[in-house]
Amino acid sequence: MSREEVEGAGANPGAELGTGLGPRLGRSPARQRLHRAKELLIETVIRVCGVSAVIFVFGIFYFVFREAAPLLFGGLDLGELLTSGEWYPDSDNPRYGAFALIAGTLAVTLLAMLIAVPLGLGAAIFVSEFSRGRTREILKIVIELLAAIPSVVWGFIGLVIMNPLIIDLFDTPVGLNVLNGAILLALMSVPIIVSIGEDALKAVPDTYREAAEAMGATRWQVTWRVLLPAARNGLLAAVLLGVGRAVGETMAVLMATGHSVNVPDSPLDSVRTITATIASELGETAQGSDHYRVLFVLGSLLFLITFLVNLTADLVIRGFKRR
Amino acid sequence: MVVQHPKIAFRDLKVRYGEKTALEGINLEVAKNEILGIIGPAGSGKTSLLRVLNRTLQNTPGAKVTGDVRIDGEDIHRMRDVSGLRRRIGMVAPLPVGLPMSVYDNVAFAPRMAGVTDKKVLDGVVERCLRQAALWEEVEKRLGDLGTKLSGGQQQRLTIARALSHSPEILCLDEFSIAIDPVTTMRIEEVLKELRKHMTIFLVTNLVQQARRLADRTAFLLLGELVEVGPTEEVFGRNPRDRRTFDYVHGIFG
Repeated sequence: MSREEVEGAGANPGAELGTGLGPRLGRSPARQRLHRAKELLIETVIRVCGVSAVIFVFGIFYFVFREAAPLLFGGLDLGELLTSGEWYPDSDNPRYGAFALIAGTLAVTLLAMLIAVPLGLGAAIFVSEFSRGRTREILKIVIELLAAIPSVVWGFIGLVIMNPLIIDLFDTPVGLNVLNGAILLALMSVPIIVSIGEDALKAVPDTYREAAEAMGATRWQVTWRVLLPAARNGLLAAVLLGVGRAVGETMAVLMATGHSVNVPDSPLDSVRTITATIASELGETAQGSDHYRVLFVLGSLLFLITFLVNLTADLVIRGFKRR
Repeated sequence: MVVQHPKIAFRDLKVRYGEKTALEGINLEVAKNEILGIIGPAGSGKTSLLRVLNRTLQNTPGAKVTGDVRIDGEDIHRMRDVSGLRRRIGMVAPLPVGLPMSVYDNVAFAPRMAGVTDKKVLDGVVERCLRQAALWEEVEKRLGDLGTKLSGGQQQRLTIARALSHSPEILCLDEFSIAIDPVTTMRIEEVLKELRKHMTIFLVTNLVQQARRLADRTAFLLLGELVEVGPTEEVFGRNPRDRRTFDYVHGIFG
């Protein structure tokens, strides 16, 4: 129904009944034009806000890709980049094999998620379904506090606390490795998974809980059989945002994973991630050099990885919806 | 009126939500296999009474229940196994709540929670309950569809089927016919007459005539007070014991 119809419908009964609504609803033509212009202005502003996200994403991708393109299409051996572990960008005969960096990133992220997903979802379920009153409020505040700790502080904890602990526990010479970085990343992702996961569970109508409980389901059965399936899209989003945080995190992994280019065989091996490489090397390269450009190629790769993660998530969610 | 060996007995039941009193000193006994109609205007505590019975009221923040509620002489608030208690009671809410799963899974939910895994047994339960709720013919071919995709009236019958799925001793119907057309309502009413052989039924209804058709006795609740409970004919007749009952039933107020 258009606005004219609404106003027309509103004005007549108001005028007939003499409720005092009539004059306000039946605006003069000039005021109506003003009103419409205002409406249009607000609509435009809001539309720009909405579209700006798209502009930013494409803008960032464009600038990163622009720096990478001359090398990408001019002499870079993409096969070598993706499969060779030899990363000697500073040598006289530079070789750009990023396989170890990719493997390092994936290893740390994967292990981090193995820790963070059960921990985060478990905590979300506990906060949302099994805790009440003060316990819940305190938990929520503390978990949100965990999200506010800067990543350099996490890196410091990795260096000073976790490093000797891992050396003692696993009897290895170095405690700065995949495990160390993964634990830090896990702890950094958990607050995100908890707070978004809890929102997803809270969004499930209470009537579902009540209906299921009224049929004699225990609280755990209600959670497992009704709430988790009902909230699965939100929970998946929570996990993927956690993954996003883990893939893109730089400072903590830079400090805690040992910074050695290496394809890991075990969680106790030191590695270096893509992000850490970009962060530590970009400042030392000459702008426009091959080394400079290959770091942007790595940036584009990182971009591609996060894009694929999100796309997969989107497709999975759509798949669920169709069912 | 004193019921011999009551199935359910409320003694001096009080329910408060914070400062607000929802039920005030309810004394009520219900016989086995009786249909008890409960009438009264909105906010008179009808739903609270049912939620006391299956102890879902305790989930509501601020709700406080005092007094004594017994099923077969056993104090429900002393029962350790709340889920066990709830399995003895079927509950149908006024607005249908289809759980976000298939029609089949909705009805099979309670038996499964109680530990039934045999597919044949579950199939049998699902068909029996859907037939009893007058829904079987309509959903026979689409048992795998999401329960929430059914129409409002079908969903309501689905919740009735669900409430019957764990063979409860007590069935609580809270204004079940709000979303159902009159013809289907009549079919379900026929089913209720049949079901009473096996269970005790609480029938909360705003349709005064529905209580009249089905209930053996009728209770009239007003602002948390049990004004009167008696044989349905008496409550709806010319001379109920309380003037307010007469006024309500005959539409003079409320």
